Amino acid sequence: MAQIDSEKYAVATQLQLTWWRFRRHRLAMVSMVLVLLFYLLAVFADFLATTDPHATDARTSYIAPQPIHLFDDDGSFRPHVSGIKGVRDMRTFKLVYTVDPSRKVYIDFFGRGYSYNLFGLFETDRHLMTLKNPERGDGIFIMGTDLLGRDLWSRLMVATRVSLTIGLVGVTISLFLGVLLGGVSAVYGGLVDTVIQRIIEVVRSMPTIPLWLGLAAALPNDWSVLQIYFAITIIISLLAWTDLARVVRGKFLALKEEDFVMAAELAGASQGRIIFRHMLPSFASHIIAAVSLALPAMIISETSLSFLGLGLRPPAISWGILLQDAQNIQTLALAPWLLVSAIPVVVVILAFNFLGDGLRDAADPYG
Amino acid sequence: MSDGVSETILEVRDLKKYFPIRRGLLRRVVGQVKAVDGVSFSIRRGETLALVGESGCGKTTAARCILRAYVPTAGAIRFKVEGREVDLAGLRRRELRPLRRHIQMVFQDPYSSLNPRMVVGDIIGEPLLINGMSDAAARRRRVAELMELVQLPAAYYNRFPHAFSGGQRQRIGIARALSLNPSLIVADEPVSALDVSVQAQILNLMLDLQDQLGLTYLFVAHDLSVVKHVSDRVAVMYVGRIVELAETEALFDRPLHPYTEALLSAAPTPVPGAVSNRIVLEREIADPANPPPGCAFHPRCRYAIDICRNVLPELQEAEPGRLVACHRAKELALAGVGSAEHVVA
Amino acid sequence: MAEPILSVRDLKTQFFGPEGVVRAVDGVDFDVFEGRTLGVVGESGCGKSVTARSVLGIVDRPGRVVGGSIMLRPAKGGPAVDLAKLSNEEMRRYRGPEIALVFQEPMASFSQHYTIGNQISEGIKLHMGLDERAAKKRAIELLDMVGVPQPARRVDDYPFQLSGGLRQRVMIAMALSCDPRVLIADEPTTALDVTTQAQILDLLRSLQAQRGLAIILITHDMGVIAEMAHDVSVMYLGRAVESGSVQEIFNRPQHPYTRALLKSIPTVLAKPRTRLPTIAGSIPHPFNRPRGCAYHPRCAEMIGAVCAGAEPPPVDTPDGRQVRCFLHGGREAAEAEMAGAKA
Repeated sequence: MAQIDSEKYAVATQLQLTWWRFRRHRLAMVSMVLVLLFYLLAVFADFLATTDPHATDARTSYIAPQPIHLFDDDGSFRPHVSGIKGVRDMRTFKLVYTVDPSRKVYIDFFGRGYSYNLFGLFETDRHLMTLKNPERGDGIFIMGTDLLGRDLWSRLMVATRVSLTIGLVGVTISLFLGVLLGGVSAVYGGLVDTVIQRIIEVVRSMPTIPLWLGLAAALPNDWSVLQIYFAITIIISLLAWTDLARVVRGKFLALKEEDFVMAAELAGASQGRIIFRHMLPSFASHIIAAVSLALPAMIISETSLSFLGLGLRPPAISWGILLQDAQNIQTLALAPWLLVSAIPVVVVILAFNFLGDGLRDAADPYG
Repeated sequence: MSDGVSETILEVRDLKKYFPIRRGLLRRVVGQVKAVDGVSFSIRRGETLALVGESGCGKTTAARCILRAYVPTAGAIRFKVEGREVDLAGLRRRELRPLRRHIQMVFQDPYSSLNPRMVVGDIIGEPLLINGMSDAAARRRRVAELMELVQLPAAYYNRFPHAFSGGQRQRIGIARALSLNPSLIVADEPVSALDVSVQAQILNLMLDLQDQLGLTYLFVAHDLSVVKHVSDRVAVMYVGRIVELAETEALFDRPLHPYTEALLSAAPTPVPGAVSNRIVLEREIADPANPPPGCAFHPRCRYAIDICRNVLPELQEAEPGRLVACHRAKELALAGVGSAEHVVA
Repeated sequence: MAEPILSVRDLKTQFFGPEGVVRAVDGVDFDVFEGRTLGVVGESGCGKSVTARSVLGIVDRPGRVVGGSIMLRPAKGGPAVDLAKLSNEEMRRYRGPEIALVFQEPMASFSQHYTIGNQISEGIKLHMGLDERAAKKRAIELLDMVGVPQPARRVDDYPFQLSGGLRQRVMIAMALSCDPRVLIADEPTTALDVTTQAQILDLLRSLQAQRGLAIILITHDMGVIAEMAHDVSVMYLGRAVESGSVQEIFNRPQHPYTRALLKSIPTVLAKPRTRLPTIAGSIPHPFNRPRGCAYHPRCAEMIGAVCAGAEPPPVDTPDGRQVRCFLHGGREAAEAEMAGAKA
């Protein structure tokens, strides 16, 4: 029969207890690992990309996904891809580029490719995989290419970075607004509370898509991609803070009735001490759980907006923009591999949801 | 133990606390819940006064008014502190803060009265920190002293509340209440959430501490047997008013109010077959939002006469040292429980 | 003495969780007779509520009955049925018409969306095959029987419209709707005021006198036991450490736990400001169950190594009771076994 190590248990902080409870949720643990992997990927996006995601090349348009062959004809481990060659179509007299299985182009690990900024700090041009002696049009097309000949895998890497970080920036803003306004609402009560709650209700009752449409259309056309990026996140978070504000206010009001809060008041504690020392730590775990569920909402918002053409626009790259290419049946019939961009969205959203569920259950097993 | 010369440290005069009932879209006030409706009593230094009653009697509300967790609707709470007398009922929050250290509370629920995210040593020491003891070493020493007083090993300083049982948590709560040397401790049902065998430990502890430190308790409870053990005087409350106030032994031996008689009779005693003389009251406890006219207890009282239905009885001294609110107090001969030695083989 | 209606032998119920197995009920024996009340008393963790649920087959997951027998003697005669071996479907025939349960929290045990008449009628229609009108008529009769004023009007009330005492009466009415022979009351008055408690206990006593109802009363309150029970079983950490008639248990307690418990409870009969003798220590966490006799770390009358090494078996005393304590028997056998194990 298992014995609880009582000394360890006795001095374990609430955080440790929460972690131990969380560890038992296998699905949540897996999801956490997955989410961390995705963010790692986002950091090293350019390193993992094989070709410049912005570089177009008519030659390589709509190439189907190309497998990487691991072994050479003689059985040695020499990964390579097939080359691309141009063949003149005798009816249209246009050069059509297709895969040429007879020519092998070998893969170079940690080789040199296009240059980029790693961590935004220093420039480098090393990538995980590049080609040795590529001819014009050759490339590692693990997931195929799009209409303009850009490698989908590389674009997916960069898109992951953009989509995941928009979520972070947006959630931070929402978090700040939500905690501030929810807290103020709960602490001061009365008129302040009423006013803030009514504002929340008005914000929530606004139809989001027309609102985004309007706001996005109002953005000046001549803004840079980055500026539009930040404007979009601010727009999204201005509407998303309401959920968090309500959670915070509810938790605050519940905590105000707790005996230990009253005990602190009876000892003469100031309002500030009660809020920061007694109340805030108690619902930090709920905030974390709420945040982990707010993030996927942000990601979906951005993806949907960009998909509809209302958010980020090319030449920016995000999941939504990638999915734009997969919008009509004709394109999909020609290049079904473009739908692959939907997979990371679904996986990440699911992972965040399981993670959030697990966190919430671990933080408050009785709630 | 009280002696006749002991000074009064708390005097409550005609305390009232009404909660408005709001209905409708505009939240108009349509009535009042008279949770506490004119309660008066005093507590002398070193004694234990029990406030006893069932649900809706207002004992917890009255206690919280004294602690100023609620602002009283009317009445005075005269508290003797630092040589002078202040009326706590009328003070503003800022004036109240420095006085708070003199009245502390022991809570009912050992599981929600300790912050789960603080170690026990910090919980006990927090009142010291708030009230100016900034030297951490001095605080630690004082906390160790307090933990010893309540019989908790000082080595448990760094443990979190979840590591302790209900009884131990109550000890921590008591230690916290003692940290500032308050003149008055309000104990709100301190043992009702504990196992029976643990209740005895905590009650003994509270009695011992009172003897050692000369503490004064306002003990709020619904369990008469617990009250019998710890109090010097008992005030019985019904629907917001005190119906009887007397010394413990006198009240239990020979109650003067029919409600007290019924309460005592209803309390189960661990003596097989003692049930035959029980008075079983009819009907339900009166609703403080809508009490019956006249004496609130009259619908359930077997001795009620006409005047009881129309005129509210005042709390008066029926005999020396005994206050009762009953029109027929002087003529009724009611049955008590006596005070036989507790017999167990 | 007549044959018992319900006869439980060596009942064992365990909970299987990620941290280990909790032996919530660990070998409990008792008999329930017509017209008599069996009081099951103990503190938290003793397994009294789990015992009640085991009899009815409604133990919450992750727990289940793992051993023992629950023999129910059928009303019409014939062989006794072992309830422990029945499936959930088969048990449904017995829940209601044979054995019924009254809970502690009347608010939580009612559905808030149906009237009390509805909820009482549900069982009646199910087990007695009556139609809606006949069932409602019977519901009104039952409400009258349990002392609900104006039953014909109250039958259409919702649970939140009733006070705690009235709700408990309605629960009792619901439990008795199909004429069970055994009523299990799990802390029925713990959440009630003392004057309301007196009313409910009085009701239970009169129902018992009228209908010959057998009651299993589960509580932590020794006072309630003294006034209601005919036979008592004292439980500690999943075992019945002592059982016997109520007079014997209160006047001549045999087990050290019973003795210490009786001395330590506050009562209205005591002199004011008396110090109560206490039981040292506290109830162990179910995962830290002491070896040997579960009570020995707190026992004031411990004999020696045998108490820490072996679990005392139930011993029949000369005056017809059962005790689990080496003071009263089983010591030689246990010591011999311990010596044998060492050799």
